[in-house]
Amino acid sequence: MLSLTRTLRWVRGRRPEPSAASDSDIARVVSRAVRYAPEAEPIDIAPNDPLLAYLASAPGPVATLDLDLDSPAVAELRRTGVRLIVPLVSQGELIGMLNLGPRLSDQEYSRDDRALLDKLATQTAPALRVAQLVREQQAEILVREQLEQEMRVAQLIQQQFLPKETPRLPGWQVAAFYRAARQVGGDFYDFIELPEKHIGLVIGDVTGHGVPAALVMATTRSFLRADAPRLVSPGAVLARVNDLLHGDIPPNMFVTCLFAVLDPATGRIRYANAGHDLPYVRTAQGVVELRATGMPLGLMANMTYEEKDAVVGPGESLLLHSDGLAEAHSRDREMFGFPRLRRLVAENPGGQALIDLLLTTLHRFTGPAWEQEDDITLVTLTRSAGVSEDAVVDEFSVTSEQGNERIAMDRVAKAAAGLGLSAKRLERLKTAVAEAAMNAIEHGNQGRAELPVTVRVETADGELRVSITDRGGGREIPIATTPDLEAKLAGLQKPRGWGLFLIKKMVDDMRVTSDERHHTVELVVKLKEATDGADE
Amino acid sequence: MALTSDRATVRRRGTVAVIDLPGQIDISAEATLNDAYKEAERVSTTILLNFAGVDYINSQGIALIVGLLARARKDKRAIEACALSDHYREIFEVTRLSDFMKLFESEDTAVAREGGTR
Repeated sequence: MLSLTRTLRWVRGRRPEPSAASDSDIARVVSRAVRYAPEAEPIDIAPNDPLLAYLASAPGPVATLDLDLDSPAVAELRRTGVRLIVPLVSQGELIGMLNLGPRLSDQEYSRDDRALLDKLATQTAPALRVAQLVREQQAEILVREQLEQEMRVAQLIQQQFLPKETPRLPGWQVAAFYRAARQVGGDFYDFIELPEKHIGLVIGDVTGHGVPAALVMATTRSFLRADAPRLVSPGAVLARVNDLLHGDIPPNMFVTCLFAVLDPATGRIRYANAGHDLPYVRTAQGVVELRATGMPLGLMANMTYEEKDAVVGPGESLLLHSDGLAEAHSRDREMFGFPRLRRLVAENPGGQALIDLLLTTLHRFTGPAWEQEDDITLVTLTRSAGVSEDAVVDEFSVTSEQGNERIAMDRVAKAAAGLGLSAKRLERLKTAVAEAAMNAIEHGNQGRAELPVTVRVETADGELRVSITDRGGGREIPIATTPDLEAKLAGLQKPRGWGLFLIKKMVDDMRVTSDERHHTVELVVKLKEATDGADE
Repeated sequence: MALTSDRATVRRRGTVAVIDLPGQIDISAEATLNDAYKEAERVSTTILLNFAGVDYINSQGIALIVGLLARARKDKRAIEACALSDHYREIFEVTRLSDFMKLFESEDTAVAREGGTR
C-alpha cells in the first residue's frame, strides 16, 4: 500500500503556483488548506479495506459523503476534509488515488469538474504505473547487484579455505571435487596431517548460504585444524569443536560434519559424525555405509559423539559427499537420491573416475539447463589393490587457480626425487610440468577454480610418465611449433606462445590424448639416460 | 643465492643500469618488470637483467623478456643478462633468446666486460 499513501502525500503537499497569486491570495489558500487538512500526515489504508475494492471498479470520481461503506479509511478521509476521490486505475488494478478537499469556492464539484478529473485520471494512471515499475525494477537491480557482490565474497572465502591440492598418501589415490552453487552454500572438506602419518579427513556443510555460511565454515575449519592434531580421537575433536562453535555461531545455524582419522598404512579408519551424510565404502561384498550418531555442531553444548572403526581394504574405496549431489532434482522434480548414488559407488572402483561418473550421471539426470541448487562436494580415497603392481608414484589434483602450476611442479619434483634422475633432467621435467599444468589451468579448465587438474606420476617400461589432465575435452590438440623469435622481436607477432614449445624441448616425449570431456598431456622422461653429452 | 623477492630494484653500476629481478618471472611480474625497465631506461642505454634472485621462470616470463627485448631493440638499447642458473641458461639457449642478448656468469663479469667501475 506504499503507492497509495505516497500518492496521498503528493496531493496534499501540492500548492497553487505562487507566481500566479498575490501574497494575500497565498495566505488565503494556505489558511484554507490548513482549515481543510489540519494535519499533513498521509493516511494508511489497510489492504483489506472495502474502499480499495470499491475504487478499483468505480466508474469515475467518488464523493466521500456519498460512500456507504464500513470503511475506516473513508471515515479517516472525511475527517481530514477529503471530499472527492479520483481513483487511478491501470489495467484493472488500483494503483493510486487523487484526494481532493472542498473547492475553494465552497461549491460542490460540478459534473464538468468530475469529467475533467476522470479524464486526467485515465491519463495519469498509466504514467504513474510506468514510474512505479521503473522504480521497482531499479530497486530489484540494486538488490541483485548486492547479492552478487555478496556471493563473490562468499566464494572467495570458500576458495581460500579449501585445500589447493589433495594429499600424497603412499598406496592411495585421493581425488576431490567441489563446485559452489550460485548462492554459495557452506560446504567444505579438508585433509589434516596428524601424528604418526595418520591423516584427518573432514567433510561438512554449514546451513544457509552466502557470506554468513562461508564465515562459519572458515571458523569450523580453523577449530578442527587447531584441535585435531592434539586430540586425534574423532569423537573428542567433534565434541570440542561443537562446544567452541556453540558459543560463536549465529542462532538458527549449525554445521554437519564428518571427521575420520585414516591410517594409510593399514586402511583403518576411526570416525565420528555430527549429522553429516553417511560416507560409503565400496568393498568386495558391496557398499557399506559408515554410521555413527551425533548431533550437528553448534546446536547444543556438551554433546558426545559416537566413535566407530572401519577398514578400507586393498582395492577398496571410500566416498565422502555432501547433499548437493544426492538432493539434486531433475526437471520433473525427481530427486537424484542416495540409493542411486550408492548404486553408482558399487559399480565403480573409485578415484577420479568415480567423481567423473557421478558428475556425468548428475548432468544427464538434471538436464543441461539445471541451475545447481546447493554446493557439491565429493572426496574419494582409493586404496591400491597390491604393492607389487603399484607403479603409481603419486596422484593428486590441484584447483584451477593462477599460480597453482607451481604446486603441481613442486609436488612432481618431490615424487620424482627418489627415481635417479639427474638434477638437470629433473629441472627440465619441472619446467615441462609447470607449463603443462598452466595450460591445463588456463586453457583446458578456463581458470574455473572448481575444476581440478589431475596429475599422475608413474613409472613403467623404464620411463617416468607424468600425465596432466584437465576438463577441457573436445578441443583441438594444438601442435607445438617453433616460435618465430625474429618476428616477435620485430613486433610482428605477440611475445607469447612459448609453452608447448618449451614442454617439447624439456622432455623425451610428449603424448597428447583427448576425449569429449578430458584433455591429457603425458610427459615422458627416460629413467635410464641415453649417453647424453650435455648431461652430467 | 640472494633471497627471492617479489619486487625489482634498479641500480646504476658503472655505465650499466642493473635490474635485480624478482624471484618469480611469470605473469605476476609483468607490472614490476615494466616499471623497472622504464626506470632503467632513464639510467643507461645498457640494461643488465640480474637473475641472481630468480628461482622460477615460465613461458609467460619468457614472453615478458621477449617484450622488453623488442622494446629495447626499437630504442637501440642493449639488454644483457647475468647470473642465470644452468637450467634457465639452457632455456635461454633453447628459445634462442641468447642469440639476442649477451649472457654473463655474474654481475661482476658483466660489468667488467662493459668496462664499468664501481
